Amino acid sequence: MISVQNLTKRYGDLVAIDNVSFQVQRGEVLGFLGPNGAGKTTTMRIITAYMPPTEGTVHVAGFDVVENPIEAKRQIGYLPENPPLYNDMTVDGYLDFVADIKQVPGKNKKNRIGLAMEKCGITDVRKRLIGNLSKGYRQRIGIAQAIVHDPAIIVLDEPTLGLDPKQIIEIRELIKNLSGERTVILSTHVLPEVTMTCTRVAIINEGRIVLEESLDKLSEKVETAQNLFLKIGYKESGVKEKILSFEAVSNVSETSSGEFIIQSREGKDIREDLAKMVVGNGWGLLELRPLTQTLEEIFLRVISTEGG
Amino acid sequence: MKAICTILKKELKSYFSSPIAYIVLVVFLVLSGIFFFLYLQSFVGSQFDPRFQFFKERLNLNEFVIRPYLGTMSVVLLIMIPLITMRLLAEERKNSTAELLFTSPLRVLHIVLGKFLASLTLFLVMLILSTVYVIVLMAYGNPDLGPIFSGYLGLFLLGASFLAVGLFASSLTENQIVAAVVSFGILLVFWVIGASSDADSSIMGYLSIIDHFDNFTKGVIELKDVVYYISFIFLGIFLTHLILDSERWR
Ligand SMILES: Nc1ncnc2c1ncn2[C@@H]1O[C@H](COP(=O)(O)OP(=O)(O)O)[C@@H](O)[C@H]1O
Ligand SMILES: [Mg+2]
Repeated sequence: MISVQNLTKRYGDLVAIDNVSFQVQRGEVLGFLGPNGAGKTTTMRIITAYMPPTEGTVHVAGFDVVENPIEAKRQIGYLPENPPLYNDMTVDGYLDFVADIKQVPGKNKKNRIGLAMEKCGITDVRKRLIGNLSKGYRQRIGIAQAIVHDPAIIVLDEPTLGLDPKQIIEIRELIKNLSGERTVILSTHVLPEVTMTCTRVAIINEGRIVLEESLDKLSEKVETAQNLFLKIGYKESGVKEKILSFEAVSNVSETSSGEFIIQSREGKDIREDLAKMVVGNGWGLLELRPLTQTLEEIFLRVISTEGG
Repeated sequence: MKAICTILKKELKSYFSSPIAYIVLVVFLVLSGIFFFLYLQSFVGSQFDPRFQFFKERLNLNEFVIRPYLGTMSVVLLIMIPLITMRLLAEERKNSTAELLFTSPLRVLHIVLGKFLASLTLFLVMLILSTVYVIVLMAYGNPDLGPIFSGYLGLFLLGASFLAVGLFASSLTENQIVAAVVSFGILLVFWVIGASSDADSSIMGYLSIIDHFDNFTKGVIELKDVVYYISFIFLGIFLTHLILDSERWR
């Protein structure tokens, strides 16, 4: 549905994105994850034909955004980083205007606006001035604006930025409900957003894609790497060696006194044996738990190794 | 066409839902009213002044009231029009609604034309309301209607050119105050450009935005003046389009 090929954007000397390529299939929700300044907004602005790339091409629903911008724009609903709202309009008036510029045919207009408002839960404020509404509502109106013409593709740039925790949960719920038939790209710099709403993730750092994977595959990877965390009360020497004597243990490292991270060989569960050993030796077992490598750690590792 | 209308409608609503349109209208009408009655008063006064006895036949409403009134109006427009146009594009960029407009399937030219026509409409309302003074005048005297008509046509063309400059200035920045100051600056340059040259026929004289207005106030509609203003308007719209279409603006 969306195909981004070798995209590069320079602002003068600054290379904002560098040779970025990725694909999004129909019905996928791609999380575009990266720290601030990574080039997320720049990429989204090029995909939505707001600005042209320096090099590379983008196709949305088969239309090249540079060659055929008007057709490409018809396919997309876009929520910029700051919701593009007119404070002096009512919610009704605003969505009516947006439906007009998105060329929703007159006979469908009322219907479409009603649906968009219902989906985004803003029907009860339809007569209110946008300028007087809270940030949460403004974000919802921004999303309603992006779906009012029933686009096949939705592009959301940091849709939960600056919201309070309750609003964030509500917006994520809303995004989940939007997906399905539609193809969605959403950018974010917070990882849980991706795990909660997306089917696929592309991690971007300093203008480069450093990882692109479906979320299912990624969590498989996460689960197979099993480390154990062990904490004991008595600090004897030789503990490390004794643990290493287990067949199934491949590596042990003492992170601080009395605390160990134990890496077992793939698929082997040594928790029971390890517990017996600690108790048998009277080392004073304080804590023993599996240390799954979280997505968070993968994210941090990926952006710090590639970035440096 | 529909796209232009959509933008035009939105801009007009925006003008009249904020105080700016009303303030501009009221200030314009009050100022034009004050000047009009000042000129009228001095005209009435001079009728009884013995010093004017000898060329009394030259004393007429057109020469002593309408012409200076139109001249003053052109100065008032110079100051007021940047206030009308300053928000047109600067505000869109500031509120990132530009991202909505320019990712919608509208042509940039339609957006520009819609905005220009909206400001032109507000300006037309100003002009039409200000004709009440002329109507008052007609109730008391009988001025020559030809120069009044041509004068108002001149004001319309002059104001429309100011609007085109203002729209262009508004496309350069996201700060409305900067937009207003820049358009005022550009207009002032085109205003005084004629004063520096002594010959009317020089290039500087031809470029001057106010020299072309003079004929209109005398009741003369010359093609070269009309062509000048129309090209001025087209140039302003073209440059605005150029700026909005350029990569740097985004
Ligand atoms: N209009 C612009 N002009 C110059 N530099 C820009 C512009 N927009 C973004 N940048 C720079 O490009 C880089 C990427 O920015 P951006 O795409 O906004 O990142 P993100 O959205 O991931 O935070 C940043 O270093 C930013 O300063
Ligand atoms: Mg950003």
